[in-house]
Amino acid sequence: MIQFILRRLAVAIPTLLVLIVISFILMKVAPGNPFAGERTVPQAVLDNILARYGLDKPEWQQLVEYVYNVVFRLDFGPSFQYRDRTVNEIIGQGFPVTFTYGAWAFVFATLIGVSLGIVAAVRQNSWLDYLAVGFTVGAQVIPNFVIAPILVLVFTLWLRWLPGGGWNGGHWSNVIMPVIALSTSYLANIARITRSSMLEVLSSNYIRTARAKGLPSYQVIFGHALRPALLPVVSYLGPVFVGMVTGSVVIDLYFSTGGIGQAFVNSALNRDYSTILGITILLGALTITANLVVDILYAWIDPKIQL
Amino acid sequence: MLADQRIETLTRHPAEVVVPQKGRSLWMDAGRRFMRNRAALASLIVLLCVVAFTFIGPFFARWSIEKIDWTVVGSVLAKGFPSIETGHFFGTDEVGRDLYSRVIQGTQVSLMVGIVGSTIAVIVGTIYGAIAGYFGGRLDSIMMRLVDIIYSIPYMFILILLLIIFGRSFIMLFVGIGLVSWLGMSRVVRGQTLTLKNREFVEAAIATGATPLTVIFRHIVPNLLGIVAIYATLLIPEMILLESFISFLGLGVQEPNTSLGALISEGARTMQYGTIWQLLFPLAFFVVILFTFFFVGDGLRDALDPKDR
Repeated sequence: MIQFILRRLAVAIPTLLVLIVISFILMKVAPGNPFAGERTVPQAVLDNILARYGLDKPEWQQLVEYVYNVVFRLDFGPSFQYRDRTVNEIIGQGFPVTFTYGAWAFVFATLIGVSLGIVAAVRQNSWLDYLAVGFTVGAQVIPNFVIAPILVLVFTLWLRWLPGGGWNGGHWSNVIMPVIALSTSYLANIARITRSSMLEVLSSNYIRTARAKGLPSYQVIFGHALRPALLPVVSYLGPVFVGMVTGSVVIDLYFSTGGIGQAFVNSALNRDYSTILGITILLGALTITANLVVDILYAWIDPKIQL
Repeated sequence: MLADQRIETLTRHPAEVVVPQKGRSLWMDAGRRFMRNRAALASLIVLLCVVAFTFIGPFFARWSIEKIDWTVVGSVLAKGFPSIETGHFFGTDEVGRDLYSRVIQGTQVSLMVGIVGSTIAVIVGTIYGAIAGYFGGRLDSIMMRLVDIIYSIPYMFILILLLIIFGRSFIMLFVGIGLVSWLGMSRVVRGQTLTLKNREFVEAAIATGATPLTVIFRHIVPNLLGIVAIYATLLIPEMILLESFISFLGLGVQEPNTSLGALISEGARTMQYGTIWQLLFPLAFFVVILFTFFFVGDGLRDALDPKDR
């Protein structure tokens, strides 16, 4: 097991370094810089500014220092846009918000999706099954930036039950709609995957044996069928996590929740390169970690994989 | 059986002209199975209608995509609704531009994004995967590790970075989409190549002295076309979703050009003023296109994938 984890880490760490280097180079080749304003600044002042941000050194040295600071001190440097704020502060402000609704959406999508899939598979060809299948097909093609406005239209403008945006310190009424908008399509996909893999498992011989032994239905389903049926779902959790992270951009823009997605778009539009770089690296690291965890989880559940 | 018959005819009447028995190719079989799948067939027809509409529709348009109808500006809710009299068949958008023309143009752009992304995936992914799978060994592990690495990078953010840094343009959009679209395809193709490369016809080709490249392009790639076709079809809606997401952020194609994603996000923004048609028309086209592509892809899988037969 430990060897397996080490082998995966041997891929994950270079990946992260490649990500940092690529983003850094992209940032360097970008035309214009955040200090090129309309006013012409005296050369001495410009030199001072550049020195303040470490931009006067050769570029390879900047890269090495940046990587060193990120990896060993978790320091993403000062923001180019806000003179008195560091990138760490900007991230620290948005991240808890994104994490809150992202985690809820993740749990919601997984639990409801898996349950829906199991019910649909066990009661195959019942109205419940058709409902589940219809829902999954529909939710698959409607992106979250369409679901979000529809939710607002119904629950805020017509029913007036929920606030249409804002965060309000994470009050439940502000969290509900972001969670639903973010999780719907993943919930649908998880339900679809669970259903088809459950159907496959339920038609296998050992399930027939279990039923023939006279085991009660719930024991067959939860004791025998569930674990192997969940394997494809586990391998889908990596993409779900990535989707939650990416989707946060839409959620933040639409519901003004002030999460990390909003910080990313703001800094992107203002050419605040250090913040963009910091957020990209952070989210990349999270994605890579999530994929690593999913791999390990998969290996742990699936007895066929030799560690 | 068919072969037996043919041998019989050959042996019995050697002098007569043999009427060639028509064999059933893989593709004909697949076509027949596809035709029998009603959902897939109906989807294909609807899809073709939408495509035809994007070509024929502009001839009926009375407004261009950027011409502003000054009579509705300021009172879009009261005057900009869909109507045949004003020539705005789908109504107007918030600044008085004709939605009919814009939806047609947006549909064209979205379809084009999907098809270009998918084409890049087919070309790059097939060649890459076939080479990795065929040669195997160290080359294979290096090539596939590279795919693993690119796969685990959050490409959406890299794509956004690219679009911000190099400016918004069609070319940059296609480059960005092309960078990521081939990854999944190359994995699928590699897996399939691994199972194909030990089959007898490949051995026979090698025995006749074919070079590795000939084997790959003449013998392996044609046998991959089925699975490639399935994944290419299923990739198109994914690419359309990707583009619409980019457009939602305002980083897609530039005004006055538009795409379905951009139109939907505009419509969603203005929905609260009651101009619901601004959301519904582009959304309807979007959903129909995605639905039909999914069903066609599913039908193709049923028709071509030997596993489910």
